[in-house]
Amino acid sequence: MLPAKGRALGVMPHGVRRGSPDPASRVSRKRGKGSKDTESAVRVGTFIVNNETRTVAFPEHHSLLEVLREELGLTGTKHGCELGECGACTVEVEGRAVLSCLLLAAEAEGKAIRTVEGLAVGRQLHPLQLAFAELGAAQCGYCTPGILMAAKVLLDHNPSPSADEIRTHLGGNLCRCTGYERIVEAVAVAAARLQGTSRELDPAWLQGDQRNAPAR
Amino acid sequence: MTSERSQWIGLPFQRVDAHAKVTGRTSFADDLRFPRMAYLKLVRSTVPHGRIRSIDLSRAEQVPGVLGFLTGKDLPTPFGILPVSQDEHALANEVVRHVGEAVVAVAATSEDAAETAALAVRIEYEPLPTISSIDEALATPEPQIHRYADRGNLHKVLALDFGDVDGAFSRAAHVFEDAFFYEGNTHLPIEQHATVAVPEDGDRLTVYSSTQTPHYLHRALAKVLGLPAPRIRVIACPNGGGFGGKSDPFGHEIVCAAMSRKLGRPVKITLTREEVFWCHRGRHPVWMTLRTAMDENGKLLAQELSTALDGGAFGSYGVASTYYTGALQTVTYHLPAYRFRSIRAFTNKPPCGPKRGHGTPQPRFGWEVHLDKIAVALGKNPADLRLQNLERDGAVTANWWQLGTIELGQAIETVVEASAYRQRWGRLPEGRGLGLACGSYLCGAGLPIYWNQMPQSAVVLHVDRGGGVGVFSGATEIGQGSDTVLAAIVAETLGLELADLTLCVADTALTPVDLGSYSSRVTLMMGQAARRAALDVRQKIAAAVAQQLEVAPDDVEFAHRRVFSKGEPEKGLSWEDAVVVAEARLGTLAGVGSYTPPRAPGRYRGSGVGPSPTYSYTAAVIEVEVDPETGIWRPLEVWIAHDIGRALNPVLALGQIEGSVYMGLGEAMMEESAFRRLPRSRSNALVHKFPSLLEYKSPTFHEMPKIHSYLIEREDPEGPFGAKEVGQGPLLPIPPACANAIYDAVGVRVDQVPIHPHLVLRALEAKKKGRPARVGPSFLPPIDYGFVLEIPPPWGGGDGRARNEDAFREASGRKGRAGTMLEREQALSHRSVDALTTGLAGKRGE
Repeated sequence: MLPAKGRALGVMPHGVRRGSPDPASRVSRKRGKGSKDTESAVRVGTFIVNNETRTVAFPEHHSLLEVLREELGLTGTKHGCELGECGACTVEVEGRAVLSCLLLAAEAEGKAIRTVEGLAVGRQLHPLQLAFAELGAAQCGYCTPGILMAAKVLLDHNPSPSADEIRTHLGGNLCRCTGYERIVEAVAVAAARLQGTSRELDPAWLQGDQRNAPAR
Repeated sequence: MTSERSQWIGLPFQRVDAHAKVTGRTSFADDLRFPRMAYLKLVRSTVPHGRIRSIDLSRAEQVPGVLGFLTGKDLPTPFGILPVSQDEHALANEVVRHVGEAVVAVAATSEDAAETAALAVRIEYEPLPTISSIDEALATPEPQIHRYADRGNLHKVLALDFGDVDGAFSRAAHVFEDAFFYEGNTHLPIEQHATVAVPEDGDRLTVYSSTQTPHYLHRALAKVLGLPAPRIRVIACPNGGGFGGKSDPFGHEIVCAAMSRKLGRPVKITLTREEVFWCHRGRHPVWMTLRTAMDENGKLLAQELSTALDGGAFGSYGVASTYYTGALQTVTYHLPAYRFRSIRAFTNKPPCGPKRGHGTPQPRFGWEVHLDKIAVALGKNPADLRLQNLERDGAVTANWWQLGTIELGQAIETVVEASAYRQRWGRLPEGRGLGLACGSYLCGAGLPIYWNQMPQSAVVLHVDRGGGVGVFSGATEIGQGSDTVLAAIVAETLGLELADLTLCVADTALTPVDLGSYSSRVTLMMGQAARRAALDVRQKIAAAVAQQLEVAPDDVEFAHRRVFSKGEPEKGLSWEDAVVVAEARLGTLAGVGSYTPPRAPGRYRGSGVGPSPTYSYTAAVIEVEVDPETGIWRPLEVWIAHDIGRALNPVLALGQIEGSVYMGLGEAMMEESAFRRLPRSRSNALVHKFPSLLEYKSPTFHEMPKIHSYLIEREDPEGPFGAKEVGQGPLLPIPPACANAIYDAVGVRVDQVPIHPHLVLRALEAKKKGRPARVGPSFLPPIDYGFVLEIPPPWGGGDGRARNEDAFREASGRKGRAGTMLEREQALSHRSVDALTTGLAGKRGE
């Protein structure tokens, strides 16, 4: 079985790894290590994902991220690093936002898990999804599932967060496309709608700023 | 004809893929799975430069689940994105040139088994001397990292003179000189590159990949695999962010395809985050010197720009990047004479390439900070100095670019007024400052990567008799909204709902070629092709409906799913009926549209990099706060105005502006691809300091300031519905605006990027001690640039050619005009097929 630490890093048997000060020392550590022990133990586990109970067999050292994507076919959950750095793999486990790449799948057995696939009800989008779509808060859409799940957990606990609270709660999720502010606004809009209040949308989000611009 | 009553164009409608993206349904490459799919892992070099002495697979072969290996011997054909730089191998062939270069590939039944086997592969190297910087490359001509370099370890050396530069300097009232350094950085798309190759019947192959350029990947696969192009089908999956980082054909894509053919089963590879850092192709580190001549009134007379690029271990787009560091200096402010010198060094680091702005943010940083210093020195407001020197609409520049519409003046006025720059610049309390900077970018590269006379983009429409329209386009969705622009243009032209359209994109077997999502070319080029294809269909249906309704064809209007008489709107047919009428009269309905950029006026060697159908312009003002105790600074507010021609969808356009501001701030504040050399006792390797998302610092939710975005709209005749680009241009003014704002706040200059707090602090300490309040590089050392091409500018009696082209050919040993634009242009009239396009084999590859 692979050492858990070795997972998800570049495969450089004699080489450089993040945090490794010295490729040469890595050589000695890796050399002489037998390659017989590759068949990892398989475990059978039951997961309650998006209110569906599923029992699957999976390599016991695999993360929840891997089991969601590989064994359960829920590829809506993404990966950007598999080291807990980008937030793309965020899912909800027992009401908490969890980095599924850092959680052993075995630890999530029997727990209530929600992924992006479980956010909409039938064809009815969750208000967060709708606000993201309307405001263009998803561009390439790769970080979007993780951010949606983190935001969903936030709104479950804090139904009307301030912009700063939204930034703090989503601070562990990286997005390279949007510049973040449209996401903050989308979460605020969704929060207001979930509260049954309407939030006046600054038309600058849809048309660009007009204030203080010289007349043309 | 539809602009006054548009259904889609100019409106903030939801992108066509919005629902898929918020529900997790979008299928990125790694989301694909096929029966019997095997998994691929690459064993990567641990030395920065070395000869491969031996590869021992014996232990790896014993790993249960292993299916097969490939090494460099299996894929000996070199490839590369540019025909002149065919210097890469899918797996290293004899020599490795940077840490992280792939050497061995292993496939297994599971990713775990493939990784275990990869860890068991033993490779021995004979180390070669390594080069880590531009300085070292200049000082170390031997051993050469590549033998095809122009000179020693200088991949490219070039020198261009446009007009009488020396004369301008000799009569200048003022001469200013500055040196700058722009550190390299990387794209950091959140999606790691992934490829799935699937063998198909008839010795065919389908390759799904996270690529921005399926067409170029198609060519590279055909070349390296030795397979006829018709047997290879490349499908670009939606990219989870690109920014230029997925626009080269990559070794892992080719290896994956080769392995799937070897095993006869589907194979997938997904890079780890660390591997994405090794693939790189990010922003080139650029060291540059600018010298500018001005008259007594502050009018520009001439500029001399010298740039030195650290290219990394391979060519990639580097020759283009090198030209780009000088190409766009002339398009914002009128330069009567211009001198450009450049070198690109090979170093033993991952290859640099195109990142958002491709080669232009670095000199733009220099130019805009340089101008700020000049304004201060002349006692002028920086906005006025720029306005005074603006290039004019439709001008041809000293280096022969044909410009289109220019609304830079309006953009400057907009951000200056919105930020109260004139009232506040130079007058804010210590620690607060405002900085202004501008920029300009291409709306698509005027020439393709390989010379040819064919369209850069095409769209085919098929109209089903039920009323649905199939839209076929080679353009690749990388998050920028290319699918949405495609759909909106077709729907607008035919008066349809977006739901009437089914898009089929980026599939080399089914869609006509679009060269790819790079150089901000998609909205303009694919947009024009889509518009023309839709007009083709529209014209056919209009003719048939006109006959049916007994009205004139030009009286037929298309809107809200009806085809009707403009004069008598009640007289008309539903879209479905119109389609049936047209198909009954004309047969199966299809439309074709394609776009080739206009012929650019430049005819000199190097004039292929920089022409564009038109250019976008941007101005930005940034307000910063600087803590003089720590040097820590942060942007508080950004005002940015972008001359977009027409915003086809303002929400998408604003998203591009905001994303560009974010990425520009990241580069200004923190992002850097920095390397360190390990001690000689510990392999001497050049290792990436930060090959992880944690340590490669990029802005988070917390770093973003308030952004005020202004869309400056005046339709450009070259763009579809008047549209210009917005994906890259808005990044350009951001880093220099930050530097200028820091100067306004605390009176020090940091002439390099990123502007780390410790550099601000060092400059503040120097200022305190009465030394020059500046941190930055020295001037470039004297460099032999070799032969200087002399190109008279349009006002200097030139015709776009170099005066001494023939002497240059003789001096450089190049014979004839093979491979030149002129040759391609003459090929059609001479009925010669060979010269019409660059073949798959490179001209100068190893």
